[in-house]
Amino acid sequence: MIYSEKVMEHFANPRNIGELEDANGVGEVGNAKCGDIMKMYLKINNGIIEDVKFKTFGCGAAIATSSIATEMIKGKPLDEALKLTNKAVIEALDGLPPAKIHCSVLAEQAVKSAVADYYKRQGIDPTPFVGKIEEHCDTCCEV
Amino acid sequence: MPNTRIYLDNAATTKISDSVLDAMLPWLKDGYGNPSSIYTLGREAAVALNKARSQVAKALGCDDNEVYFTSCGSESDNWALISTAKMMGAKGKKHIISTVFEHHAILHTLQALEKEGYEVTYLPVYENGIVRVEDVEKAIRDDTALVTIMYANNEIGTIQPIPEIGEICSRKGVIFHTDAVQAVGNVHINVKEQKIDMLSLSGHKIHAQKGVGVLYVNKKYRLAPFINGGAQERGRRAGTENIPAIVGLGVAMTEAVAGIDAKNEKLRKFQDRIINSVMKIDRVHLNGDREKRLAGNLNFSFEGVEGESLLLQLDLQGIAASSGSACTSGSLDPSHVLLAIGLPHEVAHGSLRISMSEYTTEEEIDRLLEVLPVIIERLRGMSPLWEHIIKGETFKIK
Repeated sequence: MIYSEKVMEHFANPRNIGELEDANGVGEVGNAKCGDIMKMYLKINNGIIEDVKFKTFGCGAAIATSSIATEMIKGKPLDEALKLTNKAVIEALDGLPPAKIHCSVLAEQAVKSAVADYYKRQGIDPTPFVGKIEEHCDTCCEV
Repeated sequence: MPNTRIYLDNAATTKISDSVLDAMLPWLKDGYGNPSSIYTLGREAAVALNKARSQVAKALGCDDNEVYFTSCGSESDNWALISTAKMMGAKGKKHIISTVFEHHAILHTLQALEKEGYEVTYLPVYENGIVRVEDVEKAIRDDTALVTIMYANNEIGTIQPIPEIGEICSRKGVIFHTDAVQAVGNVHINVKEQKIDMLSLSGHKIHAQKGVGVLYVNKKYRLAPFINGGAQERGRRAGTENIPAIVGLGVAMTEAVAGIDAKNEKLRKFQDRIINSVMKIDRVHLNGDREKRLAGNLNFSFEGVEGESLLLQLDLQGIAASSGSACTSGSLDPSHVLLAIGLPHEVAHGSLRISMSEYTTEEEIDRLLEVLPVIIERLRGMSPLWEHIIKGETFKIK
C-alpha cells in the first residue's frame, strides 16, 4: 500500500488542526472500534465557513483526508461546502489506496455532521440541507 | 537526523549479514551448476548443498537427512500440516491441536483442512500470550493426529513451553510440529532433546536472504511430497535447489545459533530500558508476558493512538517499526494476536511492535526513546478518542 506524496504531505503537516473555542457547528463521525474518529469544528458567519479545525484519531489517510477537507471548505458558503464529495477529496489527494477509500467518506461525513449541528443549534431541521448522515463508517467494520 | 535509518522491524525481516553475502556471492556468479548434474560444476554445487544441510542439522540437533530446504517458512508450515494431516487422516486420525494466535501460514492452512473434514482445537493463550501445557494435554484425544504450536509469537514475542509440550506429545504418541520462524537464533533449540517431530524456519529472519526456508522432519515419518517432480530433497520436494540462498542459510544458521547468548544478553538490556522508559507514558500497555518473551521483541499499545499513524510518524523520523492495527493488517480487524490476549479493538489499533537484532545499537534506542513520547503526545493531542478517554467517556480496559 503506497500513499501519494500529497497524502504524506498532509499527514506530516496537517492543516487547521486543533479545536475551535467559538465553533458554532461541531460534528464527530466514525468510531474507535473501527480505528477512526473525525471531529470537525466550524465557525459559521452569514452562511460562510469563516474558520474550521479538526481532530482525527486514525490512520495516515484519515488524517490527510480530514486535513484537506478543511482546506477545501474554509471560506466557502455552506451550500458549497455541503457539495464536497469523497471523490473530490480523493482527487485532491492524488488518489488513495482502495482500502482507504472509507477515510474519504468519513471526511465528507464529518463536514456534513458539523454543518447539521450548526443548523440544529439555529433551531433548523438540517435534513433538507444535509441529508442523512452515516455517523458510523458503513464501509468499515460492524459494531 | 532525518536521513538516519533505524531499523526496528527485525521480526518482519532482517538485513543480510556480510558473512552470509560473502558466502553466497560465488554461487551467484561462477558456481551456477545444477547440483543434480554429474560434471564438476554440478558436483561442486552438490557439495555446497550438503554442507549447508549439515550446518542446519547441527544447529537444530538433528541428522542431515532430516533437513528439507523449502522456499520459505510458510511453505514449510503448509507442507508439515497438509502432509501430516493426509498421512494421519488415512489412519482415521483427523483431529489437530493448535492455538488461536498462530501465524496465518498455520491458521489459514488449518482452516483449509477444516473444510476437508479435519477438526481443529484452537487453544487459548490467555492474557500473557502463553499456551498452557495442561490445556494441550487435556485436548489430546485418541484421534489426534498432530499438535502444532509456534515456538515464539511473531507479534508479541512470547515464548511457548515447547519442550514441555514435546514431552507430552511424545508420551501420548502424537506428532508435534512447531513454527520456529521467530525463535531460531533467539532461543536454544534442540529438536531431539525437546522432542520436536517437525520444525519450520525461515532464512530471512536470521540474516539470510528471502526465499529460503527449512522443514525439519523426524526421519521416522515419511511425509508425502509437497512438490512433485525431480529427485531433489530425497524426492519429497522437487525443484532445482536455490544454491546461493541455501548456502547463505547454512552460514546464517551457524552464526545465529552460536550468537544466541551474546545477542540475548545485549538485547535484554535494551528491552528493559525501553520498557522502563515507555511504561512511564500515560495509558500504555505492554502486550505479552514481561519475562517469557524474545529479548528483541517489544509490543506496546498506546490508548487513543492509531498504529498506522504512529508508524508513519516514526518513519518521518527515520525509524522503521510495525503495528497490529487494522489499517496496517490490510483487513478490517486489528491483529488476531492482540485480540487473542484480550485487548479490545480500540486498544489493539494503537499497538506498536519493536523488534531488534544484534545490529541494533544503544544510539538507536536513545533516538527511539527520544522521539516516541513526543509522537504519542502529538497524536493524542489531535485524537478525539484521547479526548474521550481522559474524560472517562469510553471503554475501560481491565
